[in-house]
Amino acid sequence: MRNKCILFLTAVVCFFLQSTLLQKIAIGSISANLLVIFVVSVGLMRGSRTAMFTGFFIGLLNDLCFGPVVGLYAFLYMVIGYLSGYSCKIYYDNNLKVPAVLVTLNDLLYNIGIFAFTFLLRGRVHFLFFLKRIIIPELIYTVFLTIITYKIFYFINYHFMEQKRKEGNTNWLLR
Amino acid sequence: MKKKHHFHLKNQHIFVIFTIVCISLLAATFSSDISVQPLKDGAGYIVVPFEKGINTIGKWINDFGNNFKDVRELAKENTRLHDEVELLKEQNVQLAQGQKELERLEKLYQIDEDYNQYEKVLAQIIAKEPGNWYSTFTINKGRKDGIQENMNVLAAGGLVGLVTETGPSWATVRTIIDDSSNVSAMTLADSNTCIVSGSLELIDSGKMKFSQLRDDKGSVTAGENIVTSHISDKYLEGILIGTISSIKRDANNLTSTGYLVPAVDFRNLQEVLVITTLKEQAKENDNEK
Repeated sequence: MRNKCILFLTAVVCFFLQSTLLQKIAIGSISANLLVIFVVSVGLMRGSRTAMFTGFFIGLLNDLCFGPVVGLYAFLYMVIGYLSGYSCKIYYDNNLKVPAVLVTLNDLLYNIGIFAFTFLLRGRVHFLFFLKRIIIPELIYTVFLTIITYKIFYFINYHFMEQKRKEGNTNWLLR
Repeated sequence: MKKKHHFHLKNQHIFVIFTIVCISLLAATFSSDISVQPLKDGAGYIVVPFEKGINTIGKWINDFGNNFKDVRELAKENTRLHDEVELLKEQNVQLAQGQKELERLEKLYQIDEDYNQYEKVLAQIIAKEPGNWYSTFTINKGRKDGIQENMNVLAAGGLVGLVTETGPSWATVRTIIDDSSNVSAMTLADSNTCIVSGSLELIDSGKMKFSQLRDDKGSVTAGENIVTSHISDKYLEGILIGTISSIKRDANNLTSTGYLVPAVDFRNLQEVLVITTLKEQAKENDNEK
Protein backbone atom coordinates (compact mmCIF):
# COMPACT_ATOMS: atom_id res chain seq x y z
CA MET A 1 0.00 0.00 0.00
CA ARG A 2 2.78 2.38 0.95
CA ASN A 3 4.55 1.53 -2.30
CA LYS A 4 1.45 2.38 -4.28
CA CYS A 5 1.02 5.72 -2.53
CA ILE A 6 4.62 6.73 -3.20
CA LEU A 7 4.41 5.59 -6.79
CA PHE A 8 1.18 7.54 -7.22
CA LEU A 9 2.65 10.69 -5.67
CA THR A 10 5.80 10.51 -7.78
CA ALA A 11 3.72 9.99 -10.91
CA VAL A 12 1.54 13.00 -10.16
CA VAL A 13 4.52 15.21 -9.34
CA CYS A 14 6.22 14.15 -12.58
CA PHE A 15 3.08 14.98 -14.50
CA PHE A 16 2.84 18.46 -12.99
CA LEU A 17 6.51 19.14 -13.62
CA GLN A 18 6.15 17.92 -17.18
CA SER A 19 3.28 20.24 -18.00
CA THR A 20 4.73 23.32 -16.32
CA LEU A 21 8.38 23.50 -15.39
CA LEU A 22 9.76 21.36 -18.20
CA GLN A 23 7.84 23.42 -20.74
CA LYS A 24 9.58 26.49 -19.34
CA ILE A 25 13.05 25.04 -19.76
CA ALA A 26 12.32 23.70 -23.23
CA ILE A 27 15.20 24.13 -25.69
CA GLY A 28 14.09 25.34 -29.07
CA SER A 29 10.47 24.67 -28.08
CA ILE A 30 11.31 21.01 -27.61
CA SER A 31 10.80 19.70 -24.11
CA ALA A 32 12.19 16.50 -22.66
CA ASN A 33 9.77 13.75 -21.78
CA LEU A 34 10.00 13.12 -18.06
CA LEU A 35 6.98 10.83 -18.13
CA VAL A 36 8.69 8.34 -20.43
CA ILE A 37 11.73 8.37 -18.18
CA PHE A 38 9.55 7.71 -15.15
CA VAL A 39 7.61 4.85 -16.70
CA VAL A 40 10.81 3.25 -18.01
CA SER A 41 12.47 3.61 -14.61
CA VAL A 42 9.52 1.97 -12.90
CA GLY A 43 9.62 -0.80 -15.49
CA LEU A 44 13.31 -1.39 -14.93
CA MET A 45 13.17 -1.29 -11.15
CA ARG A 46 9.80 -2.80 -10.38
CA GLY A 47 8.75 -4.91 -13.34
CA SER A 48 6.17 -5.04 -16.06
CA ARG A 49 3.03 -5.09 -14.00
CA THR A 50 3.69 -2.02 -11.86
CA ALA A 51 5.02 -0.14 -14.87
CA MET A 52 1.93 -1.01 -16.86
CA PHE A 53 -0.36 0.40 -14.19
CA THR A 54 1.82 3.48 -13.79
CA GLY A 55 1.97 4.07 -17.52
CA PHE A 56 -1.76 3.65 -17.88
CA PHE A 57 -2.43 6.08 -15.04
CA ILE A 58 -0.02 8.74 -16.34
CA GLY A 59 -1.29 8.36 -19.88
CA LEU A 60 -4.88 8.66 -18.75
CA LEU A 61 -4.07 11.80 -16.77
CA ASN A 62 -2.41 13.23 -19.84
CA ASP A 63 -5.41 12.29 -21.98
CA LEU A 64 -7.92 13.81 -19.62
CA CYS A 65 -6.07 17.06 -19.23
CA PHE A 66 -4.65 17.67 -22.67
CA GLY A 67 -5.30 14.88 -25.11
CA PRO A 68 -7.33 15.34 -28.24
CA VAL A 69 -8.86 11.91 -27.58
CA VAL A 70 -9.03 9.81 -24.43
CA GLY A 71 -7.12 6.55 -24.47
CA LEU A 72 -4.29 7.15 -26.91
CA TYR A 73 -1.63 8.33 -24.47
CA ALA A 74 -2.86 5.81 -21.90
CA PHE A 75 -2.23 3.08 -24.46
CA LEU A 76 1.20 4.35 -25.49
CA TYR A 77 2.50 4.79 -21.95
CA MET A 78 1.05 1.44 -20.98
CA VAL A 79 2.92 -0.25 -23.85
CA ILE A 80 6.11 1.51 -22.79
CA GLY A 81 5.67 0.24 -19.27
CA TYR A 82 4.96 -3.27 -20.45
CA LEU A 83 7.97 -3.44 -22.75
CA SER A 84 10.45 -1.80 -20.41
CA GLY A 85 9.27 -4.14 -17.67
CA TYR A 86 10.92 -7.02 -19.47
CA SER A 87 14.29 -5.47 -18.75
CA CYS A 88 13.65 -5.90 -15.03
CA LYS A 89 14.41 -9.58 -15.29
CA ILE A 90 17.38 -9.17 -17.59
CA TYR A 91 19.39 -6.19 -16.35
CA TYR A 92 20.64 -4.79 -13.07
CA ASP A 93 19.15 -1.43 -12.33
CA ASN A 94 22.16 0.23 -10.73
CA ASN A 95 23.91 1.09 -13.96
CA LEU A 96 22.99 4.31 -15.74
CA LYS A 97 23.62 2.91 -19.22
CA VAL A 98 20.69 0.54 -19.11
CA PRO A 99 17.98 3.14 -18.42
CA ALA A 100 19.59 5.51 -20.94
CA VAL A 101 19.35 2.91 -23.71
CA LEU A 102 15.86 1.89 -22.65
CA VAL A 103 14.65 5.48 -22.57
CA THR A 104 16.06 6.03 -26.05
CA LEU A 105 14.22 3.04 -27.45
CA ASN A 106 10.98 3.74 -25.64
CA ASP A 107 10.91 7.45 -26.40
CA LEU A 108 11.48 6.59 -30.04
CA LEU A 109 8.64 4.11 -29.90
CA TYR A 110 6.40 6.62 -28.12
CA ASN A 111 7.00 9.37 -30.65
CA ILE A 112 6.62 7.06 -33.63
CA GLY A 113 3.38 5.90 -32.03
CA ILE A 114 2.07 9.45 -31.75
CA PHE A 115 3.19 10.21 -35.28
CA ALA A 116 1.51 7.11 -36.65
CA PHE A 117 -1.76 7.52 -34.80
CA THR A 118 -2.35 11.25 -34.97
CA PHE A 119 -0.29 12.60 -37.84
CA LEU A 120 0.03 9.82 -40.38
CA LEU A 121 -3.70 9.18 -40.22
CA ARG A 122 -4.32 12.80 -41.19
CA GLY A 123 -2.05 12.51 -44.21
CA ARG A 124 1.07 14.16 -42.79
CA VAL A 125 3.57 11.83 -44.40
CA HIS A 126 6.88 13.68 -44.04
CA PHE A 127 8.24 11.32 -41.45
CA LEU A 128 11.84 12.42 -41.96
CA PHE A 129 10.95 16.02 -41.23
CA PHE A 130 9.23 15.10 -37.98
CA LEU A 131 12.11 12.81 -37.13
CA LYS A 132 14.56 15.67 -37.50
CA ARG A 133 12.41 18.42 -36.04
CA ILE A 134 10.87 16.66 -33.03
CA ILE A 135 11.83 13.07 -32.43
CA ILE A 136 15.64 13.29 -32.48
CA PRO A 137 15.92 16.52 -30.42
CA GLU A 138 13.43 15.20 -27.89
CA LEU A 139 15.38 11.94 -27.74
CA ILE A 140 18.68 13.67 -27.01
CA TYR A 141 17.18 16.01 -24.45
CA THR A 142 15.30 13.17 -22.79
CA VAL A 143 18.34 10.94 -22.53
CA PHE A 144 20.23 13.85 -21.04
CA LEU A 145 17.46 14.31 -18.49
CA THR A 146 17.54 10.60 -17.74
CA ILE A 147 21.07 10.92 -16.44
CA ILE A 148 19.86 13.41 -13.85
CA THR A 149 16.47 12.04 -12.95
CA TYR A 150 17.16 8.32 -12.94
CA LYS A 151 19.27 8.67 -9.81
CA ILE A 152 16.38 10.42 -8.10
CA PHE A 153 13.95 7.69 -9.08
CA TYR A 154 16.50 5.10 -8.01
CA PHE A 155 16.86 6.81 -4.67
CA ILE A 156 13.10 6.95 -4.18
CA ASN A 157 12.79 3.30 -5.07
CA TYR A 158 15.42 2.04 -2.65
CA HIS A 159 14.85 4.44 0.24
CA PHE A 160 11.13 4.96 0.43
CA MET A 161 9.65 1.82 -1.04
CA GLU A 162 9.64 -1.70 0.26
CA GLN A 163 11.72 -4.04 -1.82
CA LYS A 164 10.25 -7.06 -3.36
CA ARG A 165 12.91 -9.39 -4.49
CA LYS A 166 13.67 -8.52 -8.03
CA GLU A 167 11.80 -10.70 -10.46
CA GLY A 168 15.12 -11.85 -11.83
CA ASN A 169 15.90 -13.53 -8.54
CA THR A 170 12.50 -15.00 -7.78
CA ASN A 171 12.44 -16.40 -11.24
CA TRP A 172 15.07 -18.93 -10.33
CA LEU A 173 13.73 -19.65 -6.88
CA LEU A 174 10.10 -20.27 -7.78
CA ARG A 175 10.25 -22.14 -11.02
CA MET B 1 6.43 -16.90 -1.09
CA LYS B 2 2.73 -17.04 -0.22
CA LYS B 3 0.23 -16.16 -2.85
CA LYS B 4 -2.36 -13.68 -1.68
CA HIS B 5 -4.94 -14.45 -4.32
CA HIS B 6 -6.08 -17.75 -5.67
CA PHE B 7 -6.39 -16.58 -9.21
CA HIS B 8 -3.30 -15.03 -10.71
CA LEU B 9 -3.35 -12.85 -13.78
CA LYS B 10 -0.32 -12.98 -15.99
CA ASN B 11 1.25 -9.75 -17.17
CA GLN B 12 0.23 -10.55 -20.71
CA HIS B 13 -3.40 -10.79 -19.67
CA ILE B 14 -3.27 -7.43 -17.95
CA PHE B 15 -1.67 -5.99 -21.07
CA VAL B 16 -4.55 -7.24 -23.18
CA ILE B 17 -7.13 -5.95 -20.69
CA PHE B 18 -5.57 -2.50 -20.66
CA THR B 19 -5.39 -2.45 -24.45
CA ILE B 20 -9.10 -3.21 -24.63
CA VAL B 21 -9.84 -0.50 -22.05
CA CYS B 22 -7.84 2.02 -24.06
CA ILE B 23 -9.52 1.11 -27.32
CA SER B 24 -12.96 1.33 -25.76
CA LEU B 25 -12.06 4.70 -24.27
CA LEU B 26 -11.01 5.85 -27.73
CA ALA B 27 -14.26 4.55 -29.16
CA ALA B 28 -16.17 6.33 -26.39
CA THR B 29 -14.50 9.62 -27.27
CA PHE B 30 -15.39 9.34 -30.90
CA SER B 31 -18.98 8.30 -30.37
CA SER B 32 -21.05 11.31 -29.46
CA ASP B 33 -23.41 9.39 -27.19
CA ILE B 34 -20.99 8.85 -24.34
CA SER B 35 -19.42 11.97 -22.90
CA VAL B 36 -16.05 11.89 -21.15
CA GLN B 37 -16.51 15.50 -20.03
CA PRO B 38 -17.29 14.61 -16.37
CA LEU B 39 -14.07 12.61 -16.20
CA LYS B 40 -12.10 15.46 -17.68
CA ASP B 41 -13.73 17.91 -15.28
CA GLY B 42 -12.77 15.68 -12.37
CA ALA B 43 -9.16 15.40 -13.47
CA GLY B 44 -8.96 19.13 -14.07
CA TYR B 45 -10.33 19.92 -10.61
CA ILE B 46 -7.38 18.11 -9.07
CA VAL B 47 -4.68 19.06 -11.54
CA VAL B 48 -5.24 22.74 -12.27
CA PRO B 49 -4.60 24.21 -8.77
CA PHE B 50 -1.26 22.42 -8.66
CA GLU B 51 -0.31 23.60 -12.11
CA LYS B 52 -1.10 27.15 -11.08
CA GLY B 53 1.16 26.75 -8.06
CA ILE B 54 4.06 25.14 -9.86
CA ASN B 55 3.80 27.74 -12.58
CA THR B 56 4.41 30.51 -10.06
CA ILE B 57 7.48 28.64 -8.86
CA GLY B 58 8.68 28.33 -12.45
CA LYS B 59 8.21 32.05 -12.95
CA TRP B 60 10.06 32.77 -9.76
CA ILE B 61 13.01 30.63 -10.88
CA ASN B 62 13.00 32.47 -14.18
CA ASP B 63 13.13 35.83 -12.44
CA PHE B 64 15.82 34.57 -10.12
CA GLY B 65 17.99 33.52 -13.06
CA ASN B 66 17.44 36.84 -14.76
CA ASN B 67 18.77 38.71 -11.73
CA PHE B 68 22.16 37.17 -12.37
CA LYS B 69 22.55 38.89 -15.68
CA ASP B 70 25.92 40.42 -16.02
CA VAL B 71 26.07 44.03 -14.82
CA ARG B 72 28.22 44.96 -17.77
CA GLU B 73 25.67 43.52 -20.08
CA LEU B 74 23.05 45.69 -18.45
CA ALA B 75 25.22 48.80 -18.77
CA LYS B 76 25.73 48.05 -22.44
CA GLU B 77 22.06 47.56 -22.81
CA ASN B 78 21.45 50.86 -21.08
CA THR B 79 23.49 52.84 -23.60
CA ARG B 80 21.82 50.97 -26.41
CA LEU B 81 18.43 51.80 -24.98
CA HIS B 82 19.36 55.47 -24.67
CA ASP B 83 20.15 55.53 -28.35
CA GLU B 84 16.91 53.80 -29.00
CA VAL B 85 14.97 56.36 -26.98
CA GLU B 86 16.38 59.14 -29.16
CA LEU B 87 15.41 57.26 -32.23
CA LEU B 88 11.96 56.60 -30.87
CA LYS B 89 11.43 60.26 -30.00
CA GLU B 90 12.09 61.12 -33.59
CA GLN B 91 9.81 58.39 -34.78
CA ASN B 92 7.15 59.58 -32.38
CA VAL B 93 6.94 62.92 -34.16
CA GLN B 94 6.55 61.13 -37.44
CA LEU B 95 3.88 58.94 -35.94
CA ALA B 96 1.94 61.95 -34.71
CA GLN B 97 1.80 63.07 -38.32
CA GLY B 98 0.78 59.63 -39.36
CA GLN B 99 -1.99 59.72 -36.80
CA LYS B 100 -4.14 62.04 -38.87
CA GLU B 101 -3.69 59.86 -41.87
CA LEU B 102 -4.61 56.91 -39.72
CA GLU B 103 -7.83 58.55 -38.56
CA ARG B 104 -8.85 58.91 -42.15
CA LEU B 105 -7.99 55.33 -42.90
CA GLU B 106 -9.75 54.10 -39.80
CA LYS B 107 -13.09 54.80 -41.39
CA LEU B 108 -12.14 52.32 -44.05
CA TYR B 109 -11.26 49.80 -41.40
CA GLN B 110 -14.74 49.59 -39.96
CA ILE B 111 -14.23 45.88 -39.80
CA ASP B 112 -11.36 46.54 -37.45
CA GLU B 113 -13.61 48.40 -35.03
CA ASP B 114 -15.81 45.40 -34.77
CA TYR B 115 -13.52 43.65 -32.42
CA ASN B 116 -13.05 46.63 -30.18
CA GLN B 117 -16.68 46.18 -29.24
CA TYR B 118 -16.53 42.61 -28.06
CA GLU B 119 -16.32 41.91 -24.36
CA LYS B 120 -13.00 40.33 -23.46
CA VAL B 121 -11.63 38.45 -20.50
CA LEU B 122 -7.93 38.53 -19.62
CA ALA B 123 -6.48 35.10 -18.88
CA GLN B 124 -3.04 33.76 -18.03
CA ILE B 125 -1.44 30.73 -19.60
CA ILE B 126 -0.76 28.23 -16.83
CA ALA B 127 0.28 25.06 -18.64
CA LYS B 128 1.30 23.86 -22.06
CA GLU B 129 0.62 20.56 -23.70
CA PRO B 130 3.26 18.15 -22.30
CA GLY B 131 4.47 16.70 -25.60
CA ASN B 132 6.00 18.42 -28.56
CA TRP B 133 3.44 17.50 -31.18
CA TYR B 134 0.62 19.90 -30.44
CA SER B 135 0.38 23.61 -29.78
CA THR B 136 -2.30 23.79 -27.15
CA PHE B 137 -2.25 25.44 -23.77
CA THR B 138 -4.36 25.83 -20.65
CA ILE B 139 -5.56 29.17 -19.33
CA ASN B 140 -6.67 30.04 -15.82
CA LYS B 141 -10.21 31.09 -16.67
CA GLY B 142 -13.10 28.70 -17.21
CA ARG B 143 -16.83 28.28 -17.20
CA LYS B 144 -17.15 30.28 -13.96
CA ASP B 145 -15.68 33.28 -15.73
CA GLY B 146 -18.12 32.87 -18.58
CA ILE B 147 -15.80 31.07 -20.94
CA GLN B 148 -17.38 28.60 -23.32
CA GLU B 149 -16.15 26.33 -26.04
CA ASN B 150 -15.44 27.88 -29.44
CA MET B 151 -14.70 31.29 -28.00
CA ASN B 152 -11.99 33.21 -29.84
CA VAL B 153 -8.69 33.95 -28.16
CA LEU B 154 -6.61 37.02 -28.98
CA ALA B 155 -3.22 38.37 -28.00
CA ALA B 156 -1.48 41.58 -28.99
CA GLY B 157 -4.11 42.37 -31.56
CA GLY B 158 -4.14 39.14 -33.50
CA LEU B 159 -5.89 35.82 -33.41
CA VAL B 160 -4.32 33.17 -31.18
CA GLY B 161 -6.81 30.34 -31.37
CA LEU B 162 -9.98 28.80 -30.14
CA VAL B 163 -11.16 27.47 -26.80
CA THR B 164 -11.61 23.75 -27.34
CA GLU B 165 -12.43 22.52 -23.88
CA THR B 166 -13.64 24.18 -20.72
CA GLY B 167 -13.58 23.25 -17.06
CA PRO B 168 -14.97 25.15 -14.10
CA SER B 169 -11.83 27.23 -13.67
CA TRP B 170 -9.67 26.47 -16.67
CA ALA B 171 -9.93 26.12 -20.41
CA THR B 172 -7.84 24.55 -23.14
CA VAL B 173 -6.94 26.69 -26.12
CA ARG B 174 -5.83 25.29 -29.46
CA THR B 175 -3.64 27.80 -31.29
CA ILE B 176 -4.05 28.46 -34.98
CA ILE B 177 -0.49 27.26 -35.61
CA ASP B 178 -1.44 23.82 -34.30
CA ASP B 179 -1.14 21.18 -36.97
CA SER B 180 -4.81 20.25 -36.73
CA SER B 181 -6.12 23.81 -36.93
CA ASN B 182 -7.89 25.23 -39.96
CA VAL B 183 -9.31 28.75 -40.08
CA SER B 184 -11.63 30.12 -42.70
CA ALA B 185 -10.15 33.48 -43.61
CA MET B 186 -10.28 36.27 -46.17
CA THR B 187 -8.16 39.11 -47.44
CA LEU B 188 -8.96 42.44 -45.85
CA ALA B 189 -9.15 44.46 -49.05
CA ASP B 190 -11.25 42.33 -51.37
CA SER B 191 -12.77 39.73 -49.04
CA ASN B 192 -11.37 36.89 -51.10
CA THR B 193 -11.86 33.82 -48.95
CA CYS B 194 -9.20 31.23 -48.21
CA ILE B 195 -8.29 28.55 -45.68
CA VAL B 196 -5.44 29.20 -43.23
CA SER B 197 -4.03 26.02 -41.76
CA GLY B 198 -1.37 25.52 -39.13
CA SER B 199 1.48 23.18 -39.92
CA LEU B 200 4.10 21.69 -37.68
CA GLU B 201 6.53 21.75 -40.59
CA LEU B 202 6.30 25.54 -40.77
CA ILE B 203 6.34 26.38 -37.05
CA ASP B 204 10.11 26.93 -37.05
CA SER B 205 9.99 29.42 -39.87
CA GLY B 206 7.20 31.23 -38.00
CA LYS B 207 4.81 30.91 -40.88
CA MET B 208 1.45 29.43 -41.70
CA LYS B 209 0.01 28.14 -44.92
CA PHE B 210 -3.06 29.39 -46.70
CA SER B 211 -4.78 27.70 -49.60
CA GLN B 212 -7.82 27.90 -51.85
CA LEU B 213 -7.64 31.66 -52.11
CA ARG B 214 -10.17 32.70 -54.77
CA ASP B 215 -8.46 35.50 -56.56
CA ASP B 216 -9.96 36.00 -60.02
CA LYS B 217 -8.42 39.38 -60.64
CA GLY B 218 -4.98 38.42 -59.40
CA SER B 219 -4.98 41.48 -57.18
CA VAL B 220 -3.79 39.84 -53.98
CA THR B 221 -0.09 40.42 -53.34
CA ALA B 222 2.40 39.86 -50.55
CA GLY B 223 1.88 42.25 -47.66
CA GLU B 224 -1.89 41.95 -47.73
CA ASN B 225 -3.56 41.35 -44.37
CA ILE B 226 -5.54 38.20 -43.78
CA VAL B 227 -8.48 38.32 -41.36
CA THR B 228 -11.04 35.74 -40.26
CA SER B 229 -13.89 35.49 -42.69
CA HIS B 230 -17.66 35.93 -42.46
CA ILE B 231 -18.15 32.33 -43.54
CA SER B 232 -16.55 30.72 -40.49
CA ASP B 233 -19.02 29.47 -37.91
CA LYS B 234 -16.60 29.68 -34.99
CA TYR B 235 -14.26 32.59 -35.61
CA LEU B 236 -15.68 36.10 -35.35
CA GLU B 237 -15.38 38.16 -38.47
CA GLY B 238 -12.48 40.46 -39.12
CA ILE B 239 -9.88 39.38 -36.59
CA LEU B 240 -6.37 39.83 -37.90
CA ILE B 241 -4.56 36.54 -38.50
CA GLY B 242 -1.44 37.72 -40.26
CA THR B 243 0.22 39.13 -43.33
CA ILE B 244 0.87 37.34 -46.60
CA SER B 245 4.58 36.75 -47.12
CA SER B 246 4.46 34.90 -50.39
CA ILE B 247 1.76 33.82 -52.79
CA LYS B 248 1.65 31.49 -55.74
CA ARG B 249 -1.09 30.75 -58.24
CA ASP B 250 -2.27 27.14 -58.32
CA ALA B 251 -2.08 25.02 -61.43
CA ASN B 252 -5.84 25.37 -61.93
CA ASN B 253 -5.38 29.14 -62.44
CA LEU B 254 -8.39 29.86 -60.22
CA THR B 255 -7.04 29.69 -56.71
CA SER B 256 -3.79 30.62 -55.01
CA THR B 257 -1.76 29.19 -52.18
CA GLY B 258 1.00 30.73 -50.15
CA TYR B 259 2.43 31.52 -46.77
CA LEU B 260 1.56 34.13 -44.19
CA VAL B 261 3.26 35.45 -41.08
CA PRO B 262 0.91 35.38 -38.07
CA ALA B 263 0.36 38.67 -36.26
CA VAL B 264 0.92 37.09 -32.85
CA ASP B 265 4.28 36.02 -31.46
CA PHE B 266 3.39 32.51 -30.35
CA ARG B 267 6.71 31.77 -28.68
CA ASN B 268 6.37 34.39 -25.97
CA LEU B 269 2.71 34.18 -25.07
CA GLN B 270 1.88 34.73 -21.42
CA GLU B 271 -1.45 36.49 -21.31
CA VAL B 272 -4.30 36.20 -23.74
CA LEU B 273 -7.67 37.84 -24.21
CA VAL B 274 -10.73 35.65 -24.61
CA ILE B 275 -13.67 37.20 -26.44
CA THR B 276 -16.75 36.16 -24.53
CA THR B 277 -19.02 36.66 -27.51
CA LEU B 278 -19.64 33.59 -29.58
CA LYS B 279 -20.08 33.84 -33.30
CA GLU B 280 -23.72 32.77 -33.04
CA GLN B 281 -24.48 35.47 -30.49
CA ALA B 282 -22.72 38.06 -32.59
CA LYS B 283 -24.96 37.17 -35.51
CA GLU B 284 -28.11 37.44 -33.38
CA ASN B 285 -27.08 40.86 -32.11
CA ASP B 286 -26.61 42.05 -35.66
CA ASN B 287 -30.08 40.85 -36.59
CA GLU B 288 -31.64 42.71 -33.68
CA LYS B 289 -30.05 45.92 -34.81
